[in-house]
Amino acid sequence: MSVQSLQPGWWKTPVHKEERIWITVALIWCILMTLIMPLWHVVGEHNPSAEYYRIAPEDFDKLTDEFIDKYKVGVEGDFAVVEPPAGADIFLRGSQWQWDPVLKLKVNETYRLHLSSIDVLHGMSIYPINLNFEAVPGYDYVLTITPTSTGTFNIICNEFCGISHHNMMGKIIVQ
Amino acid sequence: MEATAEQFRTCATTGLKVHGPAENLIKTNAVTAIVFLLVGGIVGLTLVLTRWQAVHLLDDEWFYRMLSLHGIAMLVAWMIFFEMAILYFASAVLLNCRLATPWAGWLQFLLMFVGAAIVAVEILLGNADVMFTSYVPLKADHMYYLGVIIFAVGAIVGCLVFFGTLVVAKKEKTYSGSMPLVTFGAAAAAIIALFTLVHGAITFIPTWAWAAGLAPMMDAELYRMLFWGFGHSSQQINVAAMVAVWYLLGTLTVGAIPINEKVCRTAFVLYILFINIASEHHLLVDPGLGIEHKIWNTGYFMHLAVLASMIHAFSVPAAVEVALRKKGFTRGAFEWLKKAPWGNPAFSALAISLVGFGFLGGITGVVYGTEQVNIIAHNTMRIPGHFHATVVVGTTLAFMGLTYYVLPLIFLREVAFPKLAKIQPYLFGLSMYVVSITMMIAGGFGVSRRSWDMSGIESPFQVNFGPVVDLNLAIMGIAGVLACIGGAIYCVIAVATLLIGKKVEA
Ligand code: HEM
Ligand SMILES: [Cu+2]
Ligand SMILES: [Cu+2]
Repeated sequence: MSVQSLQPGWWKTPVHKEERIWITVALIWCILMTLIMPLWHVVGEHNPSAEYYRIAPEDFDKLTDEFIDKYKVGVEGDFAVVEPPAGADIFLRGSQWQWDPVLKLKVNETYRLHLSSIDVLHGMSIYPINLNFEAVPGYDYVLTITPTSTGTFNIICNEFCGISHHNMMGKIIVQ
Repeated sequence: MEATAEQFRTCATTGLKVHGPAENLIKTNAVTAIVFLLVGGIVGLTLVLTRWQAVHLLDDEWFYRMLSLHGIAMLVAWMIFFEMAILYFASAVLLNCRLATPWAGWLQFLLMFVGAAIVAVEILLGNADVMFTSYVPLKADHMYYLGVIIFAVGAIVGCLVFFGTLVVAKKEKTYSGSMPLVTFGAAAAAIIALFTLVHGAITFIPTWAWAAGLAPMMDAELYRMLFWGFGHSSQQINVAAMVAVWYLLGTLTVGAIPINEKVCRTAFVLYILFINIASEHHLLVDPGLGIEHKIWNTGYFMHLAVLASMIHAFSVPAAVEVALRKKGFTRGAFEWLKKAPWGNPAFSALAISLVGFGFLGGITGVVYGTEQVNIIAHNTMRIPGHFHATVVVGTTLAFMGLTYYVLPLIFLREVAFPKLAKIQPYLFGLSMYVVSITMMIAGGFGVSRRSWDMSGIESPFQVNFGPVVDLNLAIMGIAGVLACIGGAIYCVIAVATLLIGKKVEA
């Protein structure tokens, strides 16, 4: 019984055949699961980026402003709309509580997206394709992205960032 | 400190000698746990009625405040107070022994209670709208972190009292041979708790100093890593305690005997060795760590802990089956299952907890924790869906089932409202299945967790998730209300038993 102490010799009780089979099957399954992740990392195309740099939030703020000034093509409400050339380094800045700027991208072109925050943590969640990355102050997280379909995508903040967290929405337009 | 003979009573059912001070500590911790469950449950009701978009009960400020409180009251207070009761039970009661240093036991209770009270009050005052994760640079009042630290110190003291009792039992030879499996499982939980709480201290002491203006802020990503070294590993306390309770319930309900103790115990050791290592699955889509590091951390070692769960997933039901077959239910492959004591709430709780934990909680945990899937799961409603299957369906329900034995055996009272008790695990457990699944579905559509309004009501770029998501969240809301009723029935039964339950002969 599970509530009684065991007398010497219990360690020598042989493992029953059915249990041995189960453990073997489970172990093989675990090994497969262990292998599949690195394997997919090599053959798959759906992996998180591992490229990041340390950057002071003030510097990231400045870089984003420069980026906006350089490629600004209009405004939408309080937000600047920016259309960078294909292949450019593009910036997405999280702050309480907005994503800046609104990005206009071209389909099937590749960009280096620099993601960070200048205050607290934010989460970049691209709707409706549901891709999620963390925006961390002090880190420039570089995501190499190639939009493969046109349309308007929302950027939902999905890391709690204060009282107006749910209103923190951004926009990416792919043409 | 010597224990005197008057401090013991002999249990009429089991013949075990029960140490009075141990018993008082078990009672106090268990009752406190249930009070926090009640608080957390009422709060949970307001949350689920807010995320049910058509009802949208709370305003934004109170939603986030209640979300912080729910996390603390449930995941921290309810679970850990109950686990303290389990530690004292598994050591003093099962080993037939006196509790080492009862005064330290009371210190544990006092510290944990004061800590939890400070945290709860700080949250209610609006000084700590930071969620239980309190990621920096979001800042709470320094008293909040202090409360967490005091609570953790209390829990450390409780673990030490547990280990002290194991030593006393060995020295005073209150049992012979090797300690029982349930005690062994509790010891695994306590060991994990100790190293986890050290991680907690490394995270929270500097954060407290920062909030108090004494030190600079910790790097935001470093905080996340340290926090999850604590926050993830501490979930393994809940898993180990839950599995120990599964074995205990198997024995109490049908007299189950573990098929092979060598296997069961080795599996517990795997928990101790490997679980903390998987904690980087919280950081899979973060900057800061290299990809090799993350793959190594969340891949290789984690599956050895998963293997341990797979072993228990065989071992517990197999022990139950063997015990029932011995009772004569041998016809066909499934007579034992049909004739199992489904009307015994402790048994139905065991079954619902085991199946829900494995199929809903375990599988989603392994899947969402992989690098590629995590991209689409991170911080969506899939995550609360996953852990309501693990800590709620799994651990909480197992603890509820155990309560139906703790009441007569420790509190010496017959369970009040036995008819209600019979349906309670079904109502709570099965509605929680639905809550978990609907949360996961919502997450699949990209609905994020911890969001007062998924459409971004005051933003110029609103999102319209559409009727499927709305319907799904409505189902979540209804199931959530049913789960809360199930939880409330549990609390009512427990309180009524203590107040008006018929006394059982000691
Ligand atoms: C009684 C029924 C319960 C209901 C209806 C319920 C409902 C909810 C809801 C709606 C959320 C918010 C999800 C979100 O928007 O992100 C939530 C979060 C949470 N729940 Fe529960 N819950 C219940 C019981 C429990 C229990 C027993 C535990 C722990 C043992 C628990 C632990 C948590 C945690 C840790 C969170 C996350 C808090 C955060 O994101 O900071 N819940 N719950
Ligand atoms: Cu944000
Ligand atoms: Cu946010």
